[in-house]
Amino acid sequence: MNIHDFLPPPSETSRREGPHNRIVLSSRVRLARNLKGLAFPGWAKKVERVKALELIRPAVESLPQLAGAFSESMDNLTVLDKNILVERHLISREHAAKSAGSGLVLNKEESLCVMINEEDHLRMQALRPGLQIKQAWSAIDQVDSRLEKKLDYAFSPELGYLTACPTNLGTGIRVSAMLHLPGLALAEQINQIIQAVNKLGLAVRGLYGEGTEALGNVFQVSNQMTLGESESEIVERLNKVLAQIIEHEENARSMLLEKKPKFVYNQIGRAYGVLANAHIISSKETMNQLSFMRLGVDLGLFTDLERWLVDELFIITQPAHLQRRYTEKLGAEERDLLRADMLRERLRQVSRPKPKAAASSASTEPDQGA
Amino acid sequence: MLCCICKEKEAKVHLTQIVNDKMQKVDLCEQCAKDKGVNDPAGFSLADLLLGLGAAQEMEQVPGGPELKCPHCGFSQADFKKAGRLGCAQCYTTFAEGLEGLLKSMHKGTRHLGKVPQVFQQSRDLSDKLKSLQKKLDKAVADEDFEQAAVVRDEIKVTKDKLGDVTAA
Repeated sequence: MNIHDFLPPPSETSRREGPHNRIVLSSRVRLARNLKGLAFPGWAKKVERVKALELIRPAVESLPQLAGAFSESMDNLTVLDKNILVERHLISREHAAKSAGSGLVLNKEESLCVMINEEDHLRMQALRPGLQIKQAWSAIDQVDSRLEKKLDYAFSPELGYLTACPTNLGTGIRVSAMLHLPGLALAEQINQIIQAVNKLGLAVRGLYGEGTEALGNVFQVSNQMTLGESESEIVERLNKVLAQIIEHEENARSMLLEKKPKFVYNQIGRAYGVLANAHIISSKETMNQLSFMRLGVDLGLFTDLERWLVDELFIITQPAHLQRRYTEKLGAEERDLLRADMLRERLRQVSRPKPKAAASSASTEPDQGA
Repeated sequence: MLCCICKEKEAKVHLTQIVNDKMQKVDLCEQCAKDKGVNDPAGFSLADLLLGLGAAQEMEQVPGGPELKCPHCGFSQADFKKAGRLGCAQCYTTFAEGLEGLLKSMHKGTRHLGKVPQVFQQSRDLSDKLKSLQKKLDKAVADEDFEQAAVVRDEIKVTKDKLGDVTAA
């Protein structure tokens, strides 16, 4: 089956609701596992990798949680297919670079995704919209418990699950949440938050994980340590930190609205102005401006724009998704034209943002020539 | 003070991080700081930087030197320095000594406290049971309660057989 026929359209996926999804875009728990007696994928010869894939793929496909899943060897996916999967946060960039000997099993709801022969033999992940780390952990725990009966894991009672990189040793767990933090960014508090979170032994990364930029004020927060602590302790700790970040973001938003309403309205108004009227726009600028549009929706400035529409635009304006809509190969410049066309068309029916209770803001803050 | 990455230029960027009361310090020259993204707070995590540095440093001190190879997969310490990843599960035994300090620096502890596959869970439970039975036996012998000792001895035998079955599987 073709991956494009399988994947639900972005208009559907961006409508999935979860707790705290004003700020928490999604939650994810990933487990790393390897098979006993076989070299790790990065060191294994191709024959060995193919052998591992042949062992693992049927075992994963047979799980009840993955009934009716999309299952494919990475060499049967085009570069465009793989990039679309990366843009949807279903596979890592590292996995997108893989070919023969690596595979992917993905369920219809996009809530379970198993990468075979990425850095480890198995990288299985559970994804949920909004803040649902515990639910994601319990889902992937169940998948893992079923899989351990079919596959012989490399495990040591002392060191736990043995992984290719010592940074994942022990539980092999990476718990993460993707956060939209425009308030903290505008209030210039984001660096303090990042430093504080780092001090707690958690990592803060950009939109596409390791070594990427925080486009559109989207940040990923995840655990760093995997050994010497149980999964539930890690989940609990991350949950606490996330609750605090959410609170700080909410505080930053109300503080900004109270102290510098014009500054906030200006950002949102300009974002709307650019996105609804540009004729050439890069994917980076699009994401950064969409972030302020999303903030505008959260603050109730748009009367006829729903959050899911902004979230859909986040996905469909990205390079691979844009390329997918057109048959001929697009250059970066052509993409910037088509992206702008699409945005103008989508935002044609959306009326411009109206500051809430303009009267009260005018009384507390005299009109400064705006 | 020289930069701890290139070890050539003067260190101008000094970073300190405290994790669990342990202080970690990194001193970098301007170029290496830029390369590592220290100027870009969003893409930067001190822990990543520390872990990357630690990996290269720690593995040099292992007995056997860079020539030590994993008998199972042929992976060497030099390979680890290059890739930052190991060759196979057995490498953790081969390079155990060299990895100890590295694991200490990157994790909360060096003993796994999380989930255990069911097979291992059974053997863990059985060996725990065995230990407590042994204590019971010692006590019975000390108390000269030989009737009780005989009962416990039989129980130990049954548990040992079960443990043998589990580990064989």
